[in-house]
Amino acid sequence: MAAASESVLLEIEDLHVVYQTDLSTVYAVNGVDIRLDYGHTLGLVGETGAGKTTVALSILRLLPERTGRVSRGTIRIKGRDIMTLPEKEMREIRGQTVSMIFQDPMSALNPVITVGDQIAEAILLHDKQGLTRVQVEERVEEMLQMVGIEPERKNGYPHQFSGGMQQRVVISMALACNPDLLIADEPTTALDVTIQAQVLAMMRRLQEELGTAMIVISHDFGVVAETCDFVAVMYAGEIVEYGTAEEVLDGNIHHPYTVGLFGSIPSLESDAKRLSPIEGLMPDPTALPPGCKFAPRCPHRMDVCTEQKPDTYLIGDGDLKIMCHLFGEGTGK
Amino acid sequence: MALSAKTRARKAKKHSEVKEVWRRFRKNKAAMIGLGLAILIVLVAVFADVIVPYDRTTTQVAEKRLQGPSSEHPFGTDHLGRDLFARIVHGSRYSLFIGVSTSVLSLVVGCLLGAACGYFGGRLDNVVMRLLDVFMSVPPVLLSLAVVAALGPNLRNLLIAITISCVPGTVRLIRSVVLTVVDQDFIDAARSYGASNLRIIVKYVLPNAIGPIIVHTTMNIANMILSAAGLSFIGMGVQPPAPEWGALLSSARVYMFRAPYLLYFPGSAILMAALSFNLVGDGLRDALDPRLRN
Repeated sequence: MAAASESVLLEIEDLHVVYQTDLSTVYAVNGVDIRLDYGHTLGLVGETGAGKTTVALSILRLLPERTGRVSRGTIRIKGRDIMTLPEKEMREIRGQTVSMIFQDPMSALNPVITVGDQIAEAILLHDKQGLTRVQVEERVEEMLQMVGIEPERKNGYPHQFSGGMQQRVVISMALACNPDLLIADEPTTALDVTIQAQVLAMMRRLQEELGTAMIVISHDFGVVAETCDFVAVMYAGEIVEYGTAEEVLDGNIHHPYTVGLFGSIPSLESDAKRLSPIEGLMPDPTALPPGCKFAPRCPHRMDVCTEQKPDTYLIGDGDLKIMCHLFGEGTGK
Repeated sequence: MALSAKTRARKAKKHSEVKEVWRRFRKNKAAMIGLGLAILIVLVAVFADVIVPYDRTTTQVAEKRLQGPSSEHPFGTDHLGRDLFARIVHGSRYSLFIGVSTSVLSLVVGCLLGAACGYFGGRLDNVVMRLLDVFMSVPPVLLSLAVVAALGPNLRNLLIAITISCVPGTVRLIRSVVLTVVDQDFIDAARSYGASNLRIIVKYVLPNAIGPIIVHTTMNIANMILSAAGLSFIGMGVQPPAPEWGALLSSARVYMFRAPYLLYFPGSAILMAALSFNLVGDGLRDALDPRLRN
């Protein structure tokens, strides 16, 4: 695991994030470790409220100012600890080193500015070479072309574009400065299925062409299977299973939660009459159970699960890591 | 989600289609009359010297005191024999200047404070809003009076007084509109591209809040014209012999029964000016309201 540090783009260690209000404290992320190398793609999967978006916002340091707070842990981008950077240097990182695609493309675009101007804005914000007006315009057209939109449409306003095209515009803005890392927060959730496939194929293609590392956040295994090399399954603010896409999606050894997730996906092969959802609900993030967070819903629950937080165990010879007592010493696997 | 996307789509259209707003504004008869009147008043103020030379407002002709309207003096003459028509024409400059400049001033202050409060929130918001609450607890006319009484009655102090009484409302309005804009995703998106706070406020927040701001400012002009005339009427504003409309009314009230036309004409002028901007403001509000689209 001690790989050469030059290849590591993003390193998150023991990240804890809390949302604090006067009434309660929400423990959104509880000890997440992520390592992402240049050019790799990671899928963050989990149900709503698992802390996926919170991790993403922490990387950009865009947590809601008055409530969200990183209570513990470090985030390093290219070896620099971003938790202590001044705001000005953080702005340099946003857009240029790390950029983000938001869930709903309609609301992520400023309704009063033409899409061309918005892309130009993203370029100009990080322009170091003093590009001329014409050069910026050329770059804007190039970006639009790259995502498959005719450059003539740069003078259109966001509402004149369809949802899929809006998402393409958002993606072109995110890629305008050739970021090293692109975070896509549910990039296709707001789109219908046919457009989803187009956008995913395009993201995959651009990722390969530009060599951008990517974190894809989704609750949809299909989206992740389509785009990612590595997959992390999140539950209640923890990564319960991590591995290569093959290991997590096609392998035989899983965290009980992942097994449950697969059980709730309709399959083409088996002719089950009913899906088998996971019983119960995610634990209340203001009062998490002391041991394993999944214990109350787990079919394989043991006494130790409710008392002690499980360690993360490396399974087999690959990258697969699972946080569960089932795989611990003495209990056998 | 689908619904909010739809309303956003509508809102987006509103801003990109000035033509569409104009089309709806044009359908509103009252608003068009208001616009016509407002344009007329602006033209009169701009071309006052062409319509009637300024010295006509000061020429006193003793034998022509308190004469009723005639072909030579269409609005009659006042107690010093000065031509009322000339005085009203040139008085439009005062009213318009006061109305527009105080509105613009309070707009500038309102945008600065309102946007800062709405965008940053927190302690700054609390401190500023509580300070403004203090101002708002005093009736606006009384507040203006107090300021003029403290600084002395002249045009500059009148401007300051009226602006102060009008700023709290403007700040509150802009803050509330900004609050509805800052929660939208494109603000976060702008941050994620590395835009600075100032840039986000200027390029993202304020342009999206422009509708209510325009309406408020237009309506404000009417209110400011009224308060300026009111303060001048009670002698706390522009001082005679300047031909300000409120001051005209004030000096004419002594001759209310002998020469009522001295009240009719300046009074109608004030009414027209205030009404026209009010109608335009009303029309703009309807034209900009996305719910009234069809």
